[in-house]
Amino acid sequence: MLSIKNLCVSIEGKEILNGINLEINPGEVHAIMGPNGSGKSTLANVLAGKEDYEITAGEITYMGEDLFEMAPEDRARKGIFLSFQYPVEIPGVPMVNFLKTALNEHRKFRGEKPLTAGEFLKVMREKKALVEMDTELTNRSVNEGFSGGEKKKNEIFQMALLEPKLSILDETDSGLDIDALKTVAHGVNALRSAENATIVVTHYQRLLDYIVPDHVHVLYKGRIVKSAGKELAFELEEKGYEWIKKENGD
Amino acid sequence: MSVTTDNNDLSLRMAGHFRDIEPGLAKGSPEILNTHRKKAFRDFVAQGIPTRKSENYKYTNLQPAFSREYQFLHEKTEKEFHLEEVFKCDVPQLDTHLVTILNGWFYQEADIKGILPENVILESLEKVAVMKPELLKVHYGQLADTEADPMVALNTAFARDGYFLRVPKNTKVESPIQIISLLQSDCDTYVTQRNLIVVEPGAEVTLILCDHTLNLHNYLSNSVTEIFVGENAVVNYYTVQNQHNNATAVNSVYVHQEQNSQANTNTITLHGGLVRNNLKVILAGENGEANVYGMAFLDRKQHVDNFTQLVHAMPHCQSNQLYKHILDDESTGAFSGRINVKRDAQKTNAFQRNNNLLLTDKAQMQTKPQLIIEADDVKCSHGATIGQIDEDALFYLRSRGIEEKQARLMMMNAFSYEVVQNIKVEPLRDRIDELIEKRLRGDVARCHECAYQCDC
Repeated sequence: MLSIKNLCVSIEGKEILNGINLEINPGEVHAIMGPNGSGKSTLANVLAGKEDYEITAGEITYMGEDLFEMAPEDRARKGIFLSFQYPVEIPGVPMVNFLKTALNEHRKFRGEKPLTAGEFLKVMREKKALVEMDTELTNRSVNEGFSGGEKKKNEIFQMALLEPKLSILDETDSGLDIDALKTVAHGVNALRSAENATIVVTHYQRLLDYIVPDHVHVLYKGRIVKSAGKELAFELEEKGYEWIKKENGD
Repeated sequence: MSVTTDNNDLSLRMAGHFRDIEPGLAKGSPEILNTHRKKAFRDFVAQGIPTRKSENYKYTNLQPAFSREYQFLHEKTEKEFHLEEVFKCDVPQLDTHLVTILNGWFYQEADIKGILPENVILESLEKVAVMKPELLKVHYGQLADTEADPMVALNTAFARDGYFLRVPKNTKVESPIQIISLLQSDCDTYVTQRNLIVVEPGAEVTLILCDHTLNLHNYLSNSVTEIFVGENAVVNYYTVQNQHNNATAVNSVYVHQEQNSQANTNTITLHGGLVRNNLKVILAGENGEANVYGMAFLDRKQHVDNFTQLVHAMPHCQSNQLYKHILDDESTGAFSGRINVKRDAQKTNAFQRNNNLLLTDKAQMQTKPQLIIEADDVKCSHGATIGQIDEDALFYLRSRGIEEKQARLMMMNAFSYEVVQNIKVEPLRDRIDELIEKRLRGDVARCHECAYQCDC
C-alpha cells in the first residue's frame, strides 16, 4: 500500500529525515516510536502533504502512485488520513459545514452523489456515537474551544466519517486521560479492517496496549534504527530511549 | 509644492463652481438649508479639498477624484422615475419599506404611507424643509461639523435633497426601511446627498442602505447623514456598498445617542473604486450602547478607508467596534479608529478591534487605533492585526479532502463571519452571506437582476 524508499527531508536547510525505508501492507498496524525530535511528526506531515518541508531524496509510492505528485486534498480523497498532533482551531468555520464539505468531496471523488443535509446528519450521528463525541461540539466552529481530549476525539471522529485506507495517528495519545485514551483506541480498532492500514506515531508504549501493532519501528535522528514486533515497544518502555541512544553511539 | 498648487487649483475650481451656482441654489432651496450654506462654504474654502497632509485624510487621496470634470445635478430632474424598470433589489423575503434616491434626489417609489406606522415620516429632505421646516430646525446641521471636515462642509454647501426619517416616540417600525441610493447619469457626475434621521425616545427602527452605481461613468458622491437617537431608542443601520471601480464615495454618518439608547451599525463594502466611510458616534447620555461594525472586500486597485470616532461623553456607556478588511491584488485599505472618553465618562467600556487579511504581497493596509482617555475609571481596549490566511488551518482543511480554492473561501468566509453575524435582520444576513460568497469566488456580487452593465 505504502512504500517509502530512502526518504530524506529537510526543513530550512536542516536535515530531519535521513533515509527512511518503510513498507506498509493492507491490514497492518505499524507503530513508529522514538524520542522527541527524532522526526516522527515530520514523517507524518510529509505523508499528508504539508508543504513546509523539502524532500531532498527518496520516493514514496501509495497504491502504486507517486505520492509527491498529489496535492494534500488528493491524498485525502485517495484514502490518506492524518490525525493531527495539534488540531488547529478555525473560528468561523462551522464543524457541520466542514465535515459535510469534506465528506462530499470524498464522495464526489468516488463518483457518488453528495449526501443531503438529512442523510449527512444521520451518518454524523452514527459516527459520533463511536467516539462518544458530545453533540454540542459539532455545533461549534472547527475545534474551537475544544479541550485537548475533545480535539483528539474529533480527529478520530473525522477518521470514522471519511473511512480512510491509510490512517496516520500522530501522537493521538498525548493529552488524553485514560478514559479518553480507551475511547479513542476503541474508535480506531473499530475502524480496522483487512483492507486498511494504520501508522501509530507515539513515544509512549501506553497507547499500544490498546492499539496493538504488528510492527514497531524506532526512529532516531531521522533514521529507522530498529524494527521488530510489538515486543519492541515493551523493551523500549523498560529500558527507555537512552538504550537506543547508546546503541547509536551517543 | 506642486501638490499644494494642484490642490489649491482644485479647491478654487470647486469654490468657483459654488459661486456660479449659489444664486440658483439659494433661490430653489428652502431657507433652512440656505442658512447653513454660507458658513459651510466659508469652512470649505478655509480647509480646501482634503490632501494627504491632513491627518484625517492621511490614507485616502481624494485628489484624483476631484481632478476630473463632473456635471453637477443641482436641480431635480422631473422625469417619471420607475425603479422597477432599472433596478430590482432581490434581497429575498425582505419585507421592506422601499425608497429610492437617484443621484442624491429622493424619489418615492410606492405609497409607503399606508404601510409605515402612523406619524412615521419618510420623505424627501427638501420637501420636508419646505413644508415642515420645524421638523428639521432643531437637528439639521447640528452633528455634521463643517469646520472639522471639508467634505462635510462641501456637502452642506451643496445640499439640496436626500431623505428625512422621523420615528415618533415609542413607535416601533417592524419591517426594515430600505433606502436604495443609485448613481445613474449620462456623463461623469458629482453627487451630493444629505439625510437626516430622528428617532424619538422609545422608538425603534432598522434601516438598510444599499448604494449602487448603474452605469460605468465616473461618479464622485459625497453624502452626509445625521442620526439622532432619543432616550431608550434603538437604531439598526446597515449599509451595503456595491459600486463600480470608477466610483468614489465619501459617506459621513453622525450618530448622537441619548441615555439608554442603542445604535448598531454595520457597513459592508462589497465593491467600490474608492470608498471613505466616516462614522462619528457621540454617546451623550448615560447607559448608551454603540455597536459599530464594518467589513470590506477589496481587489484590483480599490481603496476602502473606514474612519471612526467614538465619543464617550457620559458615564456608563459601552461601545464595541469591529472592522475587518480582506484585501486582494493591489488594493489598499485603511482603518482609523478613535475612542475619545471625556472627563465625565466614568465607567466607560470601549472596545475596538481591526483585523485585516492580505491575500497578496502587493495589497496594503494601514491601521491606526487612537485612544484619548480623560476619565480615570474606564475599560478600554484596542487591537489590530494584519495577516495572511492561516496556512496551518488551510492545510488542515485540505488534508480532509477539501480543494485549496474552496478551503481558502471557507477561511475568508470565516473571517467575515464575525462581522456579518451581527446583522439582526436574518434574510439580509443570509443575502449578504451569499453576496460575500459570490464576491470571494470572484463572481460579480450583483444583488439585483437589472441589466446593469458595469464592469465591476
